[in-house]
Amino acid sequence: MAPLPQSTGGVTPWWRNRRLIPWLVQGAAGLALLVLVAFLLGNLVRNLTAAGLLLSWGWLDNPSGFDIAETLLPFNAGLPYWRALLAGLVNTVRVVVAGLVGATVLGTLVGTASFSSNGLLRRLARIYVEVIRNIPLLLQLVFWYFVVFLSLPNGTAAIQLPGLVLAKSGLYLFQPELVDGVWHAPLRFTVEFVALLTGLVVYTGAFIAEVVRGGVAAVPAGQWEAARSLGFNPLQTLRRIVLPQALRVIVPGLNSQYISLAKNSSLAVACGYTDLYSVAETTLNQTGRAVEVVLILLGAYLVIDLLISALMNGLDRAVQLRER
Amino acid sequence: MSASPNLSHPQRTASPPRLHRLRRELFASPLDGLITIALVASLAAAATGFLHWATTQARWAVIQANSNLFAIGRYPIEQQWRLWLLVTLLAAATGLSWGLLRAWPRADRRGSAWPPNDTIAAALLTAISFYVPLALHAQAGIQMRWWAITALLLLVRAAAGRWGPLVPRQLRPLLALLWPVLYLIGMVLISGGLGLMPVPPAEWGGLLLTLVEASFAILLCFPLGVLLALGRRSALPLLRWGSVVYIEFIRGAPLITLLFLGQNILGFLLPGGLAPDRVWRAAWVLTFFAAAYVAEAVRSGLAALPPGQLEAARSLGLNLPQSLMHVVLPQALRVALPATVGQFITLLQDTTLLSLIGLLDLLGVARTVMANPAFLGRNAEVYLVLAILFWCCCAALGLGSRALEHRLNPNTVALNTSAHKA
Repeated sequence: MAPLPQSTGGVTPWWRNRRLIPWLVQGAAGLALLVLVAFLLGNLVRNLTAAGLLLSWGWLDNPSGFDIAETLLPFNAGLPYWRALLAGLVNTVRVVVAGLVGATVLGTLVGTASFSSNGLLRRLARIYVEVIRNIPLLLQLVFWYFVVFLSLPNGTAAIQLPGLVLAKSGLYLFQPELVDGVWHAPLRFTVEFVALLTGLVVYTGAFIAEVVRGGVAAVPAGQWEAARSLGFNPLQTLRRIVLPQALRVIVPGLNSQYISLAKNSSLAVACGYTDLYSVAETTLNQTGRAVEVVLILLGAYLVIDLLISALMNGLDRAVQLRER
Repeated sequence: MSASPNLSHPQRTASPPRLHRLRRELFASPLDGLITIALVASLAAAATGFLHWATTQARWAVIQANSNLFAIGRYPIEQQWRLWLLVTLLAAATGLSWGLLRAWPRADRRGSAWPPNDTIAAALLTAISFYVPLALHAQAGIQMRWWAITALLLLVRAAAGRWGPLVPRQLRPLLALLWPVLYLIGMVLISGGLGLMPVPPAEWGGLLLTLVEASFAILLCFPLGVLLALGRRSALPLLRWGSVVYIEFIRGAPLITLLFLGQNILGFLLPGGLAPDRVWRAAWVLTFFAAAYVAEAVRSGLAALPPGQLEAARSLGLNLPQSLMHVVLPQALRVALPATVGQFITLLQDTTLLSLIGLLDLLGVARTVMANPAFLGRNAEVYLVLAILFWCCCAALGLGSRALEHRLNPNTVALNTSAHKA
C-alpha cells in the first residue's frame, strides 16, 4: 500500500483511517437503503390500507369467472383463481419445454451449417442469424401469428403432410381426419400455441446458433484434421470428435439462452396464447390485487429460471473434462 | 489456392479465378452441388413469391396514409414545428461532429477530409432523403424540408471538414459537450416548458416515443450499470450483496412483469401524486432493467483486467475513486464495449414491449392503425416496414460499436501510427 503521511504527522486524522472509512461508507449506504425501503414500504402499506387491498391470499379461492381457451388441466370459469393461475403456469411450462427442444435443434443445425463446405449454406446461416437478432422478438411473434398463421386456410385447403395437418384452426398430429369440414386428430395444438412456439424457436435458435458456432470454433483445427486423417467422414468427425469437445464451451452459453427463452415466453399474450402472465393480467384486472399477482409472477419465473439453471449445471458437470 | 491455380490444376488455367472460386465454394462435392441447387431453387421461389406479393397484393397505402402517426403519434399539429427544429438541430450537430472528427488529425488516421467511406455515406444519405419521402407520398412541403435538412447536414459536414483545423486546440474538448446539451434542448423542445406550451407524454407516440424511451434508458442505465458492477466487485460486504441481490432479482424476471409492476405498483410505493405518469414509469423501469444487464457486461470487462492494474494505481498514490476513474474503468469499459452495446441494442428492441402495457410506441401505433377498419388485414405491410426500420437501427448500432471497438483498440492505434510514420 502507499506510504501514508502518518509517519510524519503522528496521529492519523480519522478521515484517512483505512479501517474506519469502509465501515463509514457501508454504514451510510446501509442507512440510505434502510430509509428508502422503509419509505417505500410505509407508503405501500398506507396506500394499500387506504385502497382496502392489504396483502391477503384469501381471494385465490374465489371463483375466477373467466375461461381459458386451451389447458392441459381441466378448467372452467367456476374454478378458483389459483386453479386459473396453475393452468397458466402449466401452459407456460408446456411452451417453454417445447421451445427448448425446438430451439436447440434449430440452433445446432444452423450453428454447424456455418462450418459447411458449401459457401451458400454458410452465408445463409450468417444471414439468418443477423436478420433475426436485429428484429424485436415481439414484432416477430405478432408477425408469425397475424401474418403467417392466421392467414392459413381451413378445411380441405389446409396444408397437409403425411401424419400432419396445419390449418387456421390448429396443428393436427397423428392421422388427422376431415369430418364435416373440420379436422380431428388425437393430438391438436391451437394456432396460438404454434405461432408462439415458432416465434420463440426461430428467435432463440439464432442465438443458440451463435453459441454453437462459438463452441465449435473453440475446438482447435488440428482436431478436425486428425479425425479426417484417421478416416472419419465430416459428419462422424462432427459427432464423435468436435461436438463432445465443443459442448464444454456451449453448455454455459445455452444456460443463459434457455433462461431468456423461458422469460420471453411471457410475450405469449401478443399471440393470444394464455400463459401465466396473461392469466395474471386478467386476474389483476378482475381483483385489483396488484402486489399479490406481481409476487406470484416473479416467484413463478424465478422458480422456472432456477430449475433450468440447476438442470444445465448438472449437464455442465457431465460434459466437463474429468481428470483421472 | 486461387492465387496459383495453374500450378496445382494445370487443366483449369482457362477458367478465370472467380469462376474457380465459385466452383470450389458451391460445387466441391456432389452433395454440395445438390444442396446448392436446392437452396438456389428455394431462394428463387421465395424471392419471386415475395416480389409478386409486394408489387401486386400488398397495399402500401397503410404506410403512406399513416406516416405521420408512425413518426410522432398524436403530437399536436400546431406544435410540430418544435420537432422540425429538433431534427434540424440534430442534422447540424451530426454534420458538425462528423466534419470536425475528420478535420482534427489523430494519431491513428491519415489527414484526409473526405475518406472514401464518407463519400459513400453522403451518397447513401442523399439517396435515402430523396427516395423515402417520395415513396411515402409525403406532401411537397415536407419533402422539401427533408431535402433541405439533408443538404444542411452535408453542408455543415463539408464546412466543418474544411475549416475544422482552424479551431484552437483548447476549444476542441468542448465538442463533447455538444450532444448532452442538445439532448437537454431536445427534451425541452419535445415536452415543452421554459415558455413553450407543454405537450404531455401521453400525446407522444410512434418513433418519437420509441426513441425518447430508448435514449433515456440507454443514457441512464450506463452509469447505473457501472456503479452496480463496481459494487458487485467491492470488498465491502453490504455493497457487494446489495448489488448481487439487485442484479439477480432483475435478471430473473421477464421485462413484461417488471413493466407490469411499474404500471400497477409504483403508484402504491410513492406518496400520492409523486408517481410519474405512465410513459416515464415505463422509461424508469426500462432503465433499471437494463442497468442490471449492463452491470453484468461491465463486470466481465472488470474481470478481464489484471488485478495488478488497481494495485499499481493505488501504490502510485492515487486514491480509490482516482484509480477507478483513470486506470481501471477506461480499460475495463473498452473490453466491455461490445457486450454493453449489445445490451443497448436489446434495450431498443425491448421498447416494443411498451405496446403490451398500452403505450403508443412504434408497435403500439401499428396496432391502433391496424384496428382501423380502413386498414384491416394489412398486417404484413406494417410489420415488414417496422422490421426493416428496427433492423436498420440495430444493425447501425452494431456497426458503430465495431468501429468504436476498432478505434479504441490500442494495438490498432499503435500499428497505424507506426505505419504512418514509416
